Amino acid sequence: MSKHTTHKAASFHPVSAPDFLPPGQLRDLQLQRLQKMVALAYNNVGLFRRRMKELGMEPGDVKSLDDITRLPFCTKTDLRDTYPFGLFAKPMSEIVRLHASTGTTGKPIVVAYTQQDINVWTNVICRSFAACGLHSGDIIQNAYGYGLFTGGLGAHYGAEALGATVIPISGGNTQRQIMVLKDFNVTAICCTPSYFLHIIDQAAELGVNFKELPLRAGVFGAEPWTESMRQHIQRDSGIKAYDIYGLSEIIGPGVAMECPCQAGPHIFEDYFYPEVIDAATGKPLSDGEEGELVLTTLSKEAMPMIRYRTHDITAISSEPCECGRTLRRIQRISRRSDDMIIIRGVNVYPSQIETALLKVEGAQPHYQIILTREKGLDEMEVQVEVTADVFSDTMGGLEQLQARLTKSIESATGLRPRVRLIQPHSIQRSEGKAKRVLDQRKM
Amino acid sequence: MKLKQLSLFLENKPGALSAPVKLLADARINILTLSIAEARQYGILRLVVQDWATAKTLLERRGLAVNVTDVLAIEVPDQPGGLAGVLAALEEAGLNLEYMYAFTVRHGSNGFFIFRYDDPDKAIAVLQKHKINVVDSAELCKRLKN
Repeated sequence: MSKHTTHKAASFHPVSAPDFLPPGQLRDLQLQRLQKMVALAYNNVGLFRRRMKELGMEPGDVKSLDDITRLPFCTKTDLRDTYPFGLFAKPMSEIVRLHASTGTTGKPIVVAYTQQDINVWTNVICRSFAACGLHSGDIIQNAYGYGLFTGGLGAHYGAEALGATVIPISGGNTQRQIMVLKDFNVTAICCTPSYFLHIIDQAAELGVNFKELPLRAGVFGAEPWTESMRQHIQRDSGIKAYDIYGLSEIIGPGVAMECPCQAGPHIFEDYFYPEVIDAATGKPLSDGEEGELVLTTLSKEAMPMIRYRTHDITAISSEPCECGRTLRRIQRISRRSDDMIIIRGVNVYPSQIETALLKVEGAQPHYQIILTREKGLDEMEVQVEVTADVFSDTMGGLEQLQARLTKSIESATGLRPRVRLIQPHSIQRSEGKAKRVLDQRKM
Repeated sequence: MKLKQLSLFLENKPGALSAPVKLLADARINILTLSIAEARQYGILRLVVQDWATAKTLLERRGLAVNVTDVLAIEVPDQPGGLAGVLAALEEAGLNLEYMYAFTVRHGSNGFFIFRYDDPDKAIAVLQKHKINVVDSAELCKRLKN
């Protein structure tokens, strides 16, 4: 199997059929499913019933898809407040699996699945792999963590349903990842983009040339990343890097996935209904306008989510995609409203800094933003690892690099950072989600 | 004629220098000479070693950023005005010296310097014209041993 022929020959996989539903049929299906699910939530989830009543609404009031904007929002705080099982709509006897978030900020949140929910999840992941041209015969190395995190098991069952060969290697042990990639003729890998970068770097040090491996696709997600990062990964590894989107609260990965056009993930709208709202006012925005993504599950049984506020910032595109899918797309998510850092009163997203860094020739995407407060003033230090490509034997080159990085970040954010050049591998590598910001300010 | 010099990017922090030095020591690679250029937060360690290719591989495996530059090892009479004479010849030819550093050992009545020029080949031609000795790696090792 050569890298190119298989990719080109990838016509549509039968499992992708629902991706091409005529829009009218798709809207009918969405409404039918929404009505059924609103009734299920109303009858079984106390918090949802109470909020509906406060608005003077009953399930029967949902008569069209537009009525969704009248339903109450649900937030991560609701999940925490009802920890662990307060939002379940089914008895434990029908729930076959629980997952939980890592809980880095407070208590973890718990999500539940009935067998039907697992089947839906498997279906959307299977369609995700199919969307980027994978099929039976492909060997998929699943380097998402297995366990409470939804990434590992989610990708696993979807890949099996596709008929692909799954290697359930989970995250970590990078040397073994590289050995397996090479020895098992792996054709696709799933992990966070930052972990894949780490794998590429380590492979280079071990003398493994990625471009000689049969690996041709990466299904990357679980953290925000930029288009510049995609270009960097594709250039350094010779593979195609696809963006998969999802979140545990909705189902896990597989809420949306890119097609070979790589023009933003298509939302699996037959199961998830997307809206974009103004984060401050909660008002719905039109397609094409940027705001906070709000998702409603259309078939979830164990834990229906109605108008869940994701904090992910994006815009919905209803422009037709060259691939022919009728599913609308979201702009790739490179920032979250809760990622935003405020430095000296200026709003900054880590993704702006990532893009600015990667604009500078030779700069590597290994960086960390450190915020401190000195004499009442915020200071932003951006640490960037230096590689052999960007320095010579004289100091001039390094000083120039430092100046170019400073300027690029300053023009992107309006803030002059302290750029600190550091030795390769000084920034701790993450096997899951990368930690880009260390806020050491004492508030 | 040209010598390969390794340049390492090092942060200015305790232990940054000893890590590569110890790595080479453990591999029994002898450092012939070295110099450090430093800024406030980082520096460049320049090394001339016996087996530069092996040293480079070892240092890169350790995850260090390593570059290779061509430099010249020039034999200079160890007496007042010895270095001045060599520099005069090169300056006359319009060659700009990026940096230089010395070896601690001498050979007979001569000392050795590392010179770094943008155009090492032109520098060699000028030096040869003035009958100034430029030594290659093998010759250098031999002399330093004696």
